[in-house]
Amino acid sequence: MGWAIALHGGAGDIPRSLPPELRQPREAALRHCLQIGVDALKAARSPLDVVELVVRELEDHPNFNAGKGSVLTSNGTVEMEACIMDGNTKKCGAVSGLTTVKNAVSLARLVMEKTPHIYLGFDGAEAFAREQGIETVDSSHFITPENIDRLKQAKEANRVQIDYTQPIQKVEEEEASLPNGDSQIGTVGCVAVDSYGNIAAATSTGGLVNKMVGRIGDTPIIGAGTYANSLCAVSATGKGEAIIRATVARDVAALMEYKGLSLKEAAAYVINECAPSRTAGLVAVSATGEVAMPFNTVGMFRACATQDGYSEVAIWPNESCSCD
Amino acid sequence: MGSGWAIAVHGGAGVDPNLPKERQEEAKQLLTRCLNLGISALRSSVSAIDVVELVVRELESDPLFNSGRGSALTAKGTVEMEASIMDGPERRCGAVSGITTVKNPISLARLGVEMVDNDYFITEDNVGMLKLAKEANSILFDYRIPIGGLESCSSVVENPLLQMNGLPISVYAPETVGCVVVDSQGRCAAATSTGGLMNKMTGRIGDSPLIGAGTYACDLCGVSCTGEGEAIIRGTLARDVAALMEYKGLGLQEAVDYVIGKRLDGGKAGLIAVSNRGEVACGFNSVGMFRGCATEDGFMEVGIWE
Repeated sequence: MGWAIALHGGAGDIPRSLPPELRQPREAALRHCLQIGVDALKAARSPLDVVELVVRELEDHPNFNAGKGSVLTSNGTVEMEACIMDGNTKKCGAVSGLTTVKNAVSLARLVMEKTPHIYLGFDGAEAFAREQGIETVDSSHFITPENIDRLKQAKEANRVQIDYTQPIQKVEEEEASLPNGDSQIGTVGCVAVDSYGNIAAATSTGGLVNKMVGRIGDTPIIGAGTYANSLCAVSATGKGEAIIRATVARDVAALMEYKGLSLKEAAAYVINECAPSRTAGLVAVSATGEVAMPFNTVGMFRACATQDGYSEVAIWPNESCSCD
Repeated sequence: MGSGWAIAVHGGAGVDPNLPKERQEEAKQLLTRCLNLGISALRSSVSAIDVVELVVRELESDPLFNSGRGSALTAKGTVEMEASIMDGPERRCGAVSGITTVKNPISLARLGVEMVDNDYFITEDNVGMLKLAKEANSILFDYRIPIGGLESCSSVVENPLLQMNGLPISVYAPETVGCVVVDSQGRCAAATSTGGLMNKMTGRIGDSPLIGAGTYACDLCGVSCTGEGEAIIRGTLARDVAALMEYKGLGLQEAVDYVIGKRLDGGKAGLIAVSNRGEVACGFNSVGMFRGCATEDGFMEVGIWE
């Protein structure tokens, strides 16, 4: 028993050759956000506050695909989504299709606390944000030069993909050459539990590069990208459609509840048996302070810490950089 | 597998006990007509996914229930429909929300689109209902005043006036539609469609389009839920029927009874389900649910009350 926290900055085909100038700022951000979460838990903040705080920080960081740094739709716009859930009460809130709200996760929390609903999307969600007086910014705040490039390259790759006169091999080459292989990576999430067993999860994303306008992914869907109950809290990342089909986050909890598995067993089962390979990763904590961070992709930007002094920041399997 | 086909339809959980007899008859006739439509399709070896789409289109097109034509209105008096559909064998699924002009949202969820004028969805009945909903509940639905989360559900129990989702039941009904089918090859599918909650906030997304909440299908079963959307979302109700079969080895009816009894935390809802073995089940803890079911061995039932 004791507090525990885990967070992620997306799972996917992160090349091991990721150059230091792309790797280091992300590792530094993970370490920074982990520290914010750990300090808040030590200061006896509730896990619900902690996951919101940490996800806000990840949203503000331009290297992750959430908030500032969100990837662009096929129209070149941002449509952000987020979700938050409290384990013991199972209260939850979710938002989709945000274009001006600086921190989507905080609007999700307001939906949870101030409306009789759970989930608001698009114009209705934006109108609610204005009524609540939550911080909004011009859409250009979220759009980074890297993401304008990513969209351009994704569109060029798509044009090749749908041109059936091109040989198949060419298509594969083009797909593989998407910028740094990380064009769809970078959803952020955080799960936390305190020493009283209070537990919460939050996830936030800009979605997919070159997504159709209006596309909703797994992140805001309770049971898919985000879930928490009295046993555990889970935040998932990866290929949204696969995570929705496999109800990844709920299934970790369902395996504990209905099959009596431990957190680590349940999380490993979902990643290895339920989600197709190379599609998903998740971070999870149990009410008793265990942590699991499995993934079946090449890598996952992730970090965790527990009350007994353990902490880890890592990208690929069996690899952990020191946390000073 | 393949122990024969089975089909179930619903037209929403939570029915006004004082619903006039002729409305009850109309509802039963519509459910029967939709069942028969599904049954003939199944007898012609149409696949489960095609049958659920066909049947839900019929339910959407009839103004009696709250989906497609006859959808409930938002606080602004507009229509925002939502639907989802899922095919068990590969768990392929599609969902739509915030639809204002698509005649059959279920087919858009499956990518078939037919455009009609927006007014098509707004019936006179519903304009009156919105007014009643606003008068009856201006405080509970003013989200600037804290409602204390789940308490708003449990306090309903003590209230002598029957309510669903905080609305008097006479205003709340009718609700969401859905269909679940297993075909003679043991393939399951599920589809759900709704206009959502009367007097909802613009942009509110409920359980119907959410895979695992309002709709779910896999190798083992197909499930469609209806009722208080927020309770269904929290309970991941549709997925949990399947998860109980998969992870706890429960039978279909046992799994349905478990989620209705244990997963709703005081919320009111109902669901219909079929298994790949040709079984059919339904369950609800609301006052009544419009429902019907049939199996290949000749069993057929249409009901509203317990």
